[in-house]
Amino acid sequence: MISSSFDAIIPMLCVALAGLVVLLAEAFRERGEKMPIGGLAIIGLVGAGAASILLWNRNATSFGVVTADNFSLFVNLVLVAVGILTVIFSSQTVDRDKIPAGEYYAIMLFAIVGMMLMGQATDLLVIFLALETMSIAVYVLTGIRREQQQSTEAAFKYFLLGAFASAFFLYGVAFIYGVTGSTNLDRIGSVIAAQSMSGNPMILLGVGLLIVGFAFKVAAVPFHMWSPDVYEGAPAVVTGFMSTGVKAAAVAAFVRVFLSSLEPMIADWAPVLWAIAAATMILGTVVGVAQTSLKRMLAYSSIAHGGYLLAGLVAGNDVGKAAILFYLAAYALTNLGAFGVIALLGTRERANDDLRDYAGLFKSHPALAVLMTFFLLSLGGFPPTAGFIAKWYVFSAAIGSGYYGLAIIGVLSSVVSVFFYLRIVVMMFMTERDARPVPAPITTMAYVGLALSLVGVLYLGVLPSAVIDFAQASISTIF
Amino acid sequence: MSIGHYLVLSGVLFSIGAAGVFLRKNLITLLLSVEIMLNAVNLAFVAFGRQFGTVDGQIITFFVMTVAAAEAAVGLALVIGLFRHRESLNPEAFTSLKW
Repeated sequence: MISSSFDAIIPMLCVALAGLVVLLAEAFRERGEKMPIGGLAIIGLVGAGAASILLWNRNATSFGVVTADNFSLFVNLVLVAVGILTVIFSSQTVDRDKIPAGEYYAIMLFAIVGMMLMGQATDLLVIFLALETMSIAVYVLTGIRREQQQSTEAAFKYFLLGAFASAFFLYGVAFIYGVTGSTNLDRIGSVIAAQSMSGNPMILLGVGLLIVGFAFKVAAVPFHMWSPDVYEGAPAVVTGFMSTGVKAAAVAAFVRVFLSSLEPMIADWAPVLWAIAAATMILGTVVGVAQTSLKRMLAYSSIAHGGYLLAGLVAGNDVGKAAILFYLAAYALTNLGAFGVIALLGTRERANDDLRDYAGLFKSHPALAVLMTFFLLSLGGFPPTAGFIAKWYVFSAAIGSGYYGLAIIGVLSSVVSVFFYLRIVVMMFMTERDARPVPAPITTMAYVGLALSLVGVLYLGVLPSAVIDFAQASISTIF
Repeated sequence: MSIGHYLVLSGVLFSIGAAGVFLRKNLITLLLSVEIMLNAVNLAFVAFGRQFGTVDGQIITFFVMTVAAAEAAVGLALVIGLFRHRESLNPEAFTSLKW
């Protein structure tokens, strides 16, 4: 049916349309006129969320390369949440730092389109195009403060290493195409399953190159070097956006490629990903302890969280797949909240992201200090927050598949990571405040955003069963 | 010529590009190195497509070229942005972030 062939792309269309409207609004804006551009972006995102809910259980496909199965719709909903929260936190930064609002929101929406397409694509070439749509937009967002050298430098580093990694990814696609004669995931899967391919050097090379490309995007060791620099140089809201959105999209595509079409070769890639996951968890935690900048510390924490997600992927069982989805939702809400607080405390001249800047925060901004404490505890995996359930779920998946070593490394590294999260909490509550630039007064809107994240974090932590059921329903239709 | 020849050439080009990203000391040359990598991949796609006797490989090349153009646009814009700060194209001049 022609009329229904567009169904699967409706969520993306909503967001892309909102992006275009935002660009037009900016073009027709009078100089000095204030426009609720962020509101337009939120309307598009809410539309995409509603479309994703309506498409639930319908398994729509478009053009044979885009699917709207429950797995990708769950990821879409996480991305919609990421987008809405980012827009809410952005408004203050955009005003304060004189960032061109139209361009900023439009590029952010286009990045979200790329992220959604990454979760929904069922063809390696389309995954590559989605990856680039997302990445190119995020490179620009990283460097959106052109007058700031740090921001531009971070953008160039991200760009160069990102383009380098996409070339590896694409080379992997080429080899897999060369062996199987197709870039379609289903056909690749059936060809690999039909002929025993595990000894074929060309497909092993292809799979290896795909792992490099994906590992770079989820910032897994040894392809993580870019992320602390980029996270530190980018504006804090953008850092929050990319540490959650880019990671969610890349993990979604990673899971789809490796657990559907490359599943027959699991004996070949599982040991490699095991090593990557273990190294990522250990390095992210150990190096994180030594950081003095909060943004860099959270960058290493985000590397470690990528390791936990990969542990779910290595486990590869049904629990693992659902755990990855739940973890993505929990991590997105928590991390966005934490970066939202950092963004609110910055000033135009200084990011105020050193650990020392958080000394005595409880005295000057009690509400922010309490919110930040919850987000940090959730990142560290304390009950009753979302982070605890998410980690417990991932580790139980690893144990279920017999990966005891991975689960032990995960638990130990989370214990160590608690040290550096608590260090910030102690800083905020128990030390005296130094002289430092006073941030702009915090808007009600920003508090609404933080409250939404907090409600999400606590909801997922106290009553996780509804979302866990939802995540399990998401994976039952595919794989 | 067999497919092997094309793949060897593609591999050599890809390695040249990858080495260039790490060894060259000029931001523009770094961008060119990435482009060489992407074109090495294009060559592999066209060679495989010819082997299968379909045009798929060549069609994929068009998509890759489009992406490469978009990347080059953003990359050059960032190089200009960097040059305005330091009046230099040497990557070692940019040290405000730890590598």
